Amino acid sequence: MAKFEEGLRYSESHEYVRVEGEYGYIGISDYAQHALGNVVYVDMPEVDDEVTAGEEFGAVESVKAASDLISPVSGTVVEVNEALEDTPELLNEDAFANWIIKVQLSDPSELDALMDTKTYATFCEE
Amino acid sequence: MEKKTCLYDRHVALGALMSPFGGFIMPIQYSNITDEHNAVRQHCGVFDVSHMGEVRITGPDAEKYVQHIFTNDVAGVPVGQIYYGMMLYPNGGTVDDLLVYKMGENDFFLVINAANIDKDVAWMKEHTTGFDIKLDHQSDFYGQLAVQGPEAEKVVEEVLGIPCSELKFYTAKVVGDIIISRTGYTGEDGFEIYGSHEFTQKSWDKLIESGRCKPCGLGCRDTLRFEVGLPLYGDELSADISPVMAGLSMFCKLDKEEFIGKEALAEQKANGVAQKLVGIELADKAIPRHGYAVLNTDGEVVGEVTTGYHCLSVDKSVCMALVKTEYAKLDTPLAVQIRKKVFPGVVVKKKFYDKHYHK
Repeated sequence: MAKFEEGLRYSESHEYVRVEGEYGYIGISDYAQHALGNVVYVDMPEVDDEVTAGEEFGAVESVKAASDLISPVSGTVVEVNEALEDTPELLNEDAFANWIIKVQLSDPSELDALMDTKTYATFCEE
Repeated sequence: MEKKTCLYDRHVALGALMSPFGGFIMPIQYSNITDEHNAVRQHCGVFDVSHMGEVRITGPDAEKYVQHIFTNDVAGVPVGQIYYGMMLYPNGGTVDDLLVYKMGENDFFLVINAANIDKDVAWMKEHTTGFDIKLDHQSDFYGQLAVQGPEAEKVVEEVLGIPCSELKFYTAKVVGDIIISRTGYTGEDGFEIYGSHEFTQKSWDKLIESGRCKPCGLGCRDTLRFEVGLPLYGDELSADISPVMAGLSMFCKLDKEEFIGKEALAEQKANGVAQKLVGIELADKAIPRHGYAVLNTDGEVVGEVTTGYHCLSVDKSVCMALVKTEYAKLDTPLAVQIRKKVFPGVVVKKKFYDKHYHK
């Protein structure tokens, strides 16, 4: 069963953002890592890259397929989770603890367009 | 509407991820691709490959006919011998790659790819003129199991009770109503067993219940065949990719009197081909996928990836790619465009892991 962490905002493409002050930690949901299966590579942007809400910023690769990562928010990448470069399977172990990029939010109002945990959990059941 | 194999209900009951492949709805994985892959490399796995097509050719001209449509040479070979090769278009493009089993004098059993069944059978029928043969399309009758891995011989003998230890690589025999051969598509020792739907279902149940044989999906079948450099029709062979381009000339016997496509292949061998299939190993872990562009050091597109994975047995990102011939030499630096980035690599042999056949 997929887990749904409280207090996050989720997109329909199964990314989450955890907001801390002016920053957002972006990752994929537990539901998404289950659907992907064994993650073998995470393609991440670089620090100072701009990401745009609704646009691709990287990809998560399982053995069989590559899935684009779609940014739930816009902003500037201030940190990437370098642990995923050598240990991409961390996403399978705990997708919420292992965020992918940290972004300085340029438009926090975008968060309103994302789902809360309860709405997202219902979305995944459908 | 995809067809179902005779084991469809069992795959669903095992919780397999089901997906369309070659006109069938097939199991891609039961647990995960990595575990299933490793089970075949280290122990034993069973695949439902009932989607494969079967055609029986008999009659006074059967051998002559097979020689005409098939690139390999089956003239006068012993009963029980199996040959891998292709059916070609006159221009050298590939209709399909297939196995030909010699079952008796002027009696051949042809195993073709699921996705090509209709096309192949039509092609075969088109070329029967002048040959006194009977062509019996038997795909709907046969189920097929592939039991693969270093423990396959023990599992087949002890769980299924079919003696097979004396079978040599690429030979087959008939046991009652079934055909069993020492063949496979994984690079490991193993057997392929053709039987009725009822036999296939009973055998599958015995294998799964024994706990000695992991159910394996088409996901790991692809990773397994890929890393030992075996081609998949649609990726490494196609109407546009001849066996010469794919590096499979050894299965095309140009010293044979004739076969469809022979002149074109002879011309390709003599004058060279514009593109060749190569292996590329990337320095990074990013995964090259089918259709991604291959670039030279100037950033010009010089080819396309046919299959790529992060190779499970050797922990490297590798691919097979069709590239312009001037870039096909070993150690040529080439790169693969993966989404927005370009990942450097180098041409290597298109076999990333050694086969472990029982010969």
